[in-house]
Amino acid sequence: MGYHTTPEKMNAIFSDLSKDYLIYAPKRFVGDGTFTDIDTIRYGEITDLAEIEFAEKSDYSFKEVLLPISETLFYFTENEMKEADPPKKGAIVFLRSCDLHGLKRMDTIYLENGAVDTYYKRLRDQTKFILIGCENSFDNCFCVSMGTQKSDDYDAYIKVDGQTVLVDSHWDVLDTALAGQAPAPVTPDSVTANDTVVTIPETVPQTLFDAPFWEDYGNRCIACGRCNFVCPTCTCFTMQDIFYTDNGKAGERRRVWASCHVDGYTDMAGGHAFRNDKGQRMRFKVMHKVNDYKRRFGSHMCIGCGRCDDVCPEYISFANCINKLNDLVNDTVKEEN
Amino acid sequence: MLDLNTKKIKKNAYRITKVRGETASRVRVPGGLLTADLLPLIQNIAESYGNGRIHLTTRQGFEIPGIKFTDMDAVNALLQPIIDKLGINQEIPGKGYTSAGTRNISACIGSNTCPFATYNTTNFAKRMEKEIFPNDLHFKVAFTGCANDCIKTRMQDFGIIGMTEPQYQKERCMGCQACVKACKKKSVDALAVENYRIVRNTEKCVGCGECVINCPTRAWTRSPETYYRMVLMGRTGKRNPRLAEDFLVWATEDAIVKIIKNTYGFVNHYINREAPGGKEHIGYIIDRTGFEEYKKWAMEGVELDPRTIVKNPVYWGGIHYD
Repeated sequence: MGYHTTPEKMNAIFSDLSKDYLIYAPKRFVGDGTFTDIDTIRYGEITDLAEIEFAEKSDYSFKEVLLPISETLFYFTENEMKEADPPKKGAIVFLRSCDLHGLKRMDTIYLENGAVDTYYKRLRDQTKFILIGCENSFDNCFCVSMGTQKSDDYDAYIKVDGQTVLVDSHWDVLDTALAGQAPAPVTPDSVTANDTVVTIPETVPQTLFDAPFWEDYGNRCIACGRCNFVCPTCTCFTMQDIFYTDNGKAGERRRVWASCHVDGYTDMAGGHAFRNDKGQRMRFKVMHKVNDYKRRFGSHMCIGCGRCDDVCPEYISFANCINKLNDLVNDTVKEEN
Repeated sequence: MLDLNTKKIKKNAYRITKVRGETASRVRVPGGLLTADLLPLIQNIAESYGNGRIHLTTRQGFEIPGIKFTDMDAVNALLQPIIDKLGINQEIPGKGYTSAGTRNISACIGSNTCPFATYNTTNFAKRMEKEIFPNDLHFKVAFTGCANDCIKTRMQDFGIIGMTEPQYQKERCMGCQACVKACKKKSVDALAVENYRIVRNTEKCVGCGECVINCPTRAWTRSPETYYRMVLMGRTGKRNPRLAEDFLVWATEDAIVKIIKNTYGFVNHYINREAPGGKEHIGYIIDRTGFEEYKKWAMEGVELDPRTIVKNPVYWGGIHYD
């Protein structure tokens, strides 16, 4: 149901909701960036719509709300263990359409890929999602190529237009709170084209596994993992068992983000690592995003937000890599025919 | 027939050159940054009154050689828009630079462009220029954005090296150790890992910000305040060339400005008036008076941040040829 309301009314509603929910949205963190006097836009708690950065793409995705960078799973001491308490409140997350599609990828990995991940599920079940519209495409976005530019799978859509707040609610709690506000049809803003257009090869022949194509990335990638950390569909984690320094008989198990580009990802007992070459790490990631995941789950993993291209300090373009790979696949298929 | 007061000419930022009748004009560019529209003005002076050549000075100014002493008034008139645009303090408008002792304030390119810089060196250099120029006393001040010291502040009377105090948000850290590797390989190896998290050795840390630059998740960020390492009395020269030594670490902008301004009082009091040309470098004056006496003058009324480390005493090395 659509409504027109005011920022004051909307903030009052959020104030009420904050009794039960922490509200997360992309925020500007002044001076928080990699370099001096550079801001970061990333997720943080808000109490007022004015704190939300609507005008720019966030550098980091919403995923840290559902998959904290570092999360204590349980505490242990001698013969006993205790699961870490879940947050006392649920969460409300503001996010764009591409990220909402990213949420489906996270759900697939954590809820539908074998055993249900209880730590993910207990956060996910308590989270509501509010769509942010896109009036324009941002640099490096290729959502249209990935078909993620629209979504109606939201609890609400909210757009602040001066002194008017446009709301499309799919959430009864919000409908109740907005009762009496002017009803009006509200359609989320979405883009119809991006400057970046990506063509994904239908299938990638196994022969390209060791193609020289990947060597260029081996020379350029510095294995910092930024592309993974900003990606809303990168869901890998690793475990850290901590023994408290004051008392080695007690400790905790944490899970933390992991990156297939960072050294150590493929380390195994005995010291063996099977993807030391950074070009092969690029191949692994690219193939996972636009080939392997689809074969298993039916849709591409990549949602076309372009954050990996935004962040790479070595100016490696994932989007361009896919297009070059597509050309290579076409050439290879021609040769074979 | 030329009848010149060379002392006045030199104070007007003109050089007595080896070519009889010819001088050279030195153009100040505080912080080494200017807008491109000033270049044609400098070109015009060089082509109208110089020999068509321009020398880029080591302090980031321009030196226009081949100017006739008789053309100095005309050149001063052409210098005026450059002086105005760069915001140089001037005692008598239209008369060029009214002093030359306190040299152009140099700065590396700083955080306007450089990824390593911890502060806007241009802005601080321009502030310093406003605070201390014009003055006839021979002071050399330079600003550099980080501990790489590209402007070579350790060859100056006063060198200002930017520092950031890294802020660690442990819940944003997954332990990739990019910071640890960068600090070990590119800086001073001040980071260690304990239970997968990072411990910073605050005594070793030089505030270069490599941890911040290399952190992929914003677990490391910069402190809102910029801090500075202030190094003193580096010099080149015939008798005892030497690198500047640390005086303050984690100092603030205001403390640095105050100390440099205080130093003018110290030099005025202790300078050897009999020295050739009435010129004696600050470093040699401090060598005569002892560091303790200098410090007394320098620290007069200076408010230090609680974080600031004051090195005391300060000893200098270098090569002694005297």
